[in-house]
Amino acid sequence: MQESELKAFIDEVVNYFSNLSDEPAVMGVPFVKPDEAIIQDFTGLIGVSGARKGGIYLTASREMAVKAADLLLKPDIEKTDEILIDLVGEITNIIAGNVRKVFGSQFMISVPIVLKGAISELSFKLRKPVYIIPINWKETKSFLAVGLD
Amino acid sequence: MKLMIVDDSQVMQMTIERYLEKLNLDLIGKASNGREALEIFHEKKPDIVTMDITMPELDGLSCLEEIMKMAPETKVLVISALSDRATGLLALKQGAAGFLPKPFTEEDLIEEISILSGGSYARV
Repeated sequence: MQESELKAFIDEVVNYFSNLSDEPAVMGVPFVKPDEAIIQDFTGLIGVSGARKGGIYLTASREMAVKAADLLLKPDIEKTDEILIDLVGEITNIIAGNVRKVFGSQFMISVPIVLKGAISELSFKLRKPVYIIPINWKETKSFLAVGLD
Repeated sequence: MKLMIVDDSQVMQMTIERYLEKLNLDLIGKASNGREALEIFHEKKPDIVTMDITMPELDGLSCLEEIMKMAPETKVLVISALSDRATGLLALKQGAAGFLPKPFTEEDLIEEISILSGGSYARV
């Protein structure tokens, strides 16, 4: 994957959090995933087909998901695991969909698969090398993983 | 005016509902895929529909096509993460009254609904 393609993902993460709140996300330096999976509390996985093959996933802490949900939902809605997993899946979907501006409309994405802690699906979808992009937002940490051929 | 929200994300459904509550629309149903949306549409005939594209079972563009065959006067606002120009143009070609890429703000959504409803709703 080219550096400019990785930058497209970074730009869309920044755009998502700028749209969500006044506090922008601060992106860490991307690195190639080590053998051990990087997994937090909730993970959204998108399969990619068409012009490119592989997948991306966003893995987020509960704290990050709650802070995002607080901005989007009515205060009286309980932030259950089901809601938080759905939210992380939707953020992943938005980032994956938005990069079509760079990758083109033949960059086909699946509906999100949402996971709580599991890793088996992740190794199945992503193509190596998998790049990990650290995301810091409102004193929480999450990671975007991109593995495309 | 009667509103239906179609999106496979529960959080996105609730966000759209929250953003539009100031407009005093009559929310007659929420659907998680195109098939559910058509069932609700047959029964309740909404005037305005917000429609996601990437959904399981029946995608939003196929659902839009069916709605346009049945009731072309329906105002469908396609709201999608697929934000490339070609997808927006395809949605409009298939009969959507508007296209709003995700992510969006409350102001973005209200403006789009105001435009497609002929200015019935002022900006907030």
